Amino acid sequence: MSPHLLEVRNLSVEFHTLHGQVKAVQGVSFHLDPGETLVILGESGSGKSVSASAVMNLIDMPPGEITSGEVLYRGKSLLEMPSEERRAINGARIAMIFQDPLAHLNPVYSVGWQIIEMMTTHGMPSDQAKRRAIELLGRVGIPDPEVRMKAYPHQFSGGQRQRLMIAMALALKPDILIADEPTTALDVTVQAQILALLKELQLETGMGLLLITHDLGVVAEVADNVVVMNAGEIVETGPAAEVYANPQHPYTKRLIAAAPGSGEMAEPLAASGQPLLRLENVTKNFGTIEALKDVSLTVMPGEIVAIVGESGSGKSTLAKTLLRLEEPTSGAAFYNGRDLFQMSPKELFGIRREIQMVFQDPTQSLNPRMSVYELISEAWAIHPEILPKVKWRDRVAELLELVGLSADHARRYPHQFSGGQRQRIAIARVLALEPKLVVCDEAVSALDVSIQAQVIDLLEGLRNEFGLSYIFIAHDLPVVRDFADRVVVMQQGRIVEEGTVREIFETPRDDYTRALLAASLDPDPAVQAKRRAARLEMEAARP
Amino acid sequence: MRHFIGKRAFASGLSLIGLVVLVFFLSRLTGDPTALFLPLDASLDSRERFRELHGLNDPLLVQFAHYVWDILNLDFGDSIRKARPALEVVLAAFQWTLILALTTIFFVTTSAIIIGSLAAFYAGGIFDRVATFLSLIGASAPDFWIAIVAIVLFSVNLGWLPTSGTGTIWHWIMPVAVLFIRPFGLVLQVVRGSMMTALSSAYVKTARAKGVRVRPIIFVHALRNALLPVITVIGDLSAGMLNGAVVVETIFGFPGVGKLMIDSILQRDFTVVLAAIMVSAMAIFLMNLLIDIAYSVLDPRIRY
Amino acid sequence: MTDTAQIPDNAMHKSPNALAQTVRMLWHDKIALVAVVFLIIVMFCAIFGPSLLDDAATKQNLRGRNSPPFDLAKGWLFVLGGDALGRPLLARIIVASTNTIMVATGAVLFSMVIGSTLGLIAGYTKTRASQIILRLADVIMSFPSLLLAVIVLYMLSPSVTNIIIVLAITRIPIYLRTTRAEVLEIRERMFVQAARVMGASDVRIIFRHILPMVFPTLLTIATLDFAFVMLAESALSFLGIGIQPPEITWGLMVSQGRPYLTNAWWLSFWPGLAIILTTLSLNLVSNWMRVALDPVQRWRLEIKGKKQ
Repeated sequence: MSPHLLEVRNLSVEFHTLHGQVKAVQGVSFHLDPGETLVILGESGSGKSVSASAVMNLIDMPPGEITSGEVLYRGKSLLEMPSEERRAINGARIAMIFQDPLAHLNPVYSVGWQIIEMMTTHGMPSDQAKRRAIELLGRVGIPDPEVRMKAYPHQFSGGQRQRLMIAMALALKPDILIADEPTTALDVTVQAQILALLKELQLETGMGLLLITHDLGVVAEVADNVVVMNAGEIVETGPAAEVYANPQHPYTKRLIAAAPGSGEMAEPLAASGQPLLRLENVTKNFGTIEALKDVSLTVMPGEIVAIVGESGSGKSTLAKTLLRLEEPTSGAAFYNGRDLFQMSPKELFGIRREIQMVFQDPTQSLNPRMSVYELISEAWAIHPEILPKVKWRDRVAELLELVGLSADHARRYPHQFSGGQRQRIAIARVLALEPKLVVCDEAVSALDVSIQAQVIDLLEGLRNEFGLSYIFIAHDLPVVRDFADRVVVMQQGRIVEEGTVREIFETPRDDYTRALLAASLDPDPAVQAKRRAARLEMEAARP
Repeated sequence: MRHFIGKRAFASGLSLIGLVVLVFFLSRLTGDPTALFLPLDASLDSRERFRELHGLNDPLLVQFAHYVWDILNLDFGDSIRKARPALEVVLAAFQWTLILALTTIFFVTTSAIIIGSLAAFYAGGIFDRVATFLSLIGASAPDFWIAIVAIVLFSVNLGWLPTSGTGTIWHWIMPVAVLFIRPFGLVLQVVRGSMMTALSSAYVKTARAKGVRVRPIIFVHALRNALLPVITVIGDLSAGMLNGAVVVETIFGFPGVGKLMIDSILQRDFTVVLAAIMVSAMAIFLMNLLIDIAYSVLDPRIRY
Repeated sequence: MTDTAQIPDNAMHKSPNALAQTVRMLWHDKIALVAVVFLIIVMFCAIFGPSLLDDAATKQNLRGRNSPPFDLAKGWLFVLGGDALGRPLLARIIVASTNTIMVATGAVLFSMVIGSTLGLIAGYTKTRASQIILRLADVIMSFPSLLLAVIVLYMLSPSVTNIIIVLAITRIPIYLRTTRAEVLEIRERMFVQAARVMGASDVRIIFRHILPMVFPTLLTIATLDFAFVMLAESALSFLGIGIQPPEITWGLMVSQGRPYLTNAWWLSFWPGLAIILTTLSLNLVSNWMRVALDPVQRWRLEIKGKKQ
């Protein structure tokens, strides 16, 4: 039997840190054959990226150290190779693309130069490399390749940048492409296109594709085989469909159970009484750019209204305008019948505490120099009428326990917590103000799937307990499906469709909503296969 | 770009006007101008003649108008000490300063960039630690002290180098070397820090994944990204040197603008001081422009 | 990062043991420790030196003229030798530290307070005032500090106060620009927006959220700047347009020793060494502070200590 294209045997990687040795990867083995797509699935800290970095010789040693194992490329050990021979393999035989293409492309060189460099580094004459680069740009779908060769990375969109990375990686027709979370930062429709492009190119060249992701949907979309990693170890491996249908390891089971998009959809609330918030024709211009155009919507007390859209849809601008972090160009926002946009700063201050916001990234929304106690009690320092100072300490403890932390966490600082815990602190801070309406701006999208589910549960519990209303801004449709009562779909500053969850997810009327739904990935490979077929049909039907 | 240069020229023009006003009022309001312009032992009579000649008896605003008009015509008056137009005296000295500054900046830039880059690449290693410590000492050293210690050592005790003048290449070694030390220490630290950031960046990881060799990774991929803050610091230091390295020029008897300025001040040759200020300010304006252009050449994201 | 138990609870910001903690962090970075100890000694000399040694430093002793260093026969004050009038160099260096340190401290404090206040205004408000402030900074910046000092001191008299004011003015733009740049960046951070959403006033945002973030940077710069101002003052004194005799500073001592370079090198050498050691210490402490004042980075120093 001929050797596998790539085989990793019993790989262990440790990092020397100031806390002592940290075992990032322990005894990991997997293999990849030509034409195969192997997906490594894991949450943050699972060691999935470290494994890939070990294959690419990208681990800094020290502090990293490969303590055991072998990495074989066509039967040859990559770890024992002389460094010059090893270098010649990178890019030429094994190439890699990364999560954040803007950061991973050199900002000060033109994209043409960077793609050409890939080829000239491995000995191709530069005129030949230039012709090939233009051809590649065309192949990955960059319009006007000859002109765009001279452009710089910041002059492309996010999706295009990932296409550039792919063009560069495939320049020398490598046998293996390693893709580390290649679509994580992208909009769903762009994600679908990039994954489709990767599959297409794989068919063309017959390369093996090693894809790393945290997203069960991506597994369902592209994987032949899947390796599930947790805490540096492989917990389960097998054909993707089989692992999903019949998970063996408790971790895999939990991961699949936590995947959003499979729960019950909420029944519409019985409409009664006055709306809590009513937006009327809100418009916001930044110079000549119209970020919001005539946006109108209502939120009932206790209702969860999701606002869904891709980047540039204006959903975050809407949140900021509503909270008067940005001044609207025109329109009105009636909160309990009074227009927020017309209020004087003093009136607004009185109402501030009732409308609060949970931000996307708790690492940035919590002041790193304030302890948890200071962070939460600041609410009462600003609004002293809520609570007298003597009760602050007890109330902070109470709130921390309410959001699933413990009272003695109050003395710590934000950097001493994990991402999920930090978001809980941010929620506790919001609750300190006893708000009626909470705007969640992508509040769970930076979190791991299992943590995401916990935070969503927390938010839902708080709604039931305190009758909170939410405006839930998200790009992730499955989360919205499980959580929201009503959904508003936005595109380029406009609302294109609005309805109950069931209406939007089962009988979407607008083309854009349909495209969004078609592009979103279901964790079930069987469902995903059907969707893929439907999408291809839709594309074929289009002129 | 032309628009940008215009804007910059306008801003610098404002700065220059500010300076002109400052110098005028300081010279008129802090005492009797004749005390400023004339030797201490000038007679009352000659003071009065001086007043009459230079319109010092006119109202202040009229004096100011004359003063501005003369400056606009690049007429700073004659140097009292040398009986030549002040501007001519200053320009003669300025060329020496220019050569000294450019030579020093050239050595500082090349050596600090190469050593700093390598120190960042071998961060924590012995090369890095030695380079960092030496640069710290360099950045901490008072140049006048280094200069006189160097004179004692190399001129007096060893007799290798001349103590002052500009005659031969040997005359240049000590001024350049002394002037080199502090900027070298400062720039090296900036290069090292900036390169550390660049080398741990995502695009360097990409370059390694592409199989790019070590040397182009350091000096092509990382360095160009790391240069912006370095250029800022070099610009500030160069601006200082273009005004004449007062201390070094004085100690080594180097006929540059710095020494000229100090001598003129001590000998109350105020027209020369004023001309020197204007010439230096112009030079700094041009230098800042060069630096802005260097920014946009290095980083395509910067467009004016 | 996920392990929340890794750092003990004594990381409290204002707890009484904050000082103890700083000392512990310092203890584990030996080079910074030596620098801090040296600076403390210099400070001690600057504060108590004149009252203890003023007599010894001014008493002329013609038999001890230019007496060489390391000769203990004349008493420990002559360990660094004697000057041209037979006064002990060690005593003079200690007494001179007062002026040197006073000028540097005054100029740094003055420029830091004014510069950072202006920078805060320029960064936080978007009014015309901020434009004017920036232009003013440009004017000062386009003028090398030493030259400005020379001209102003030529027109005014070179007293300690004037020197402090002149040096402070030349350093204001440094603080102004740094503060403004930091404020511009911090005011857009999400935690500032979060505070605004909670209803926090501008005063609260500035003093509770922005200043604490800027302060460590300012302190780090101030330490570096202290070294810079010391060098500038020494240079001015050396050129003869700074502090005038009979007052003494280290720079002036170097200058006064210059005529005797060939036969008594120690007259200029020791005060110069005092300058270089002090500025080097300041540079080292500034580097250390950059890490120690950042709670996200601070653990590096704490944990490293525990392992040793």
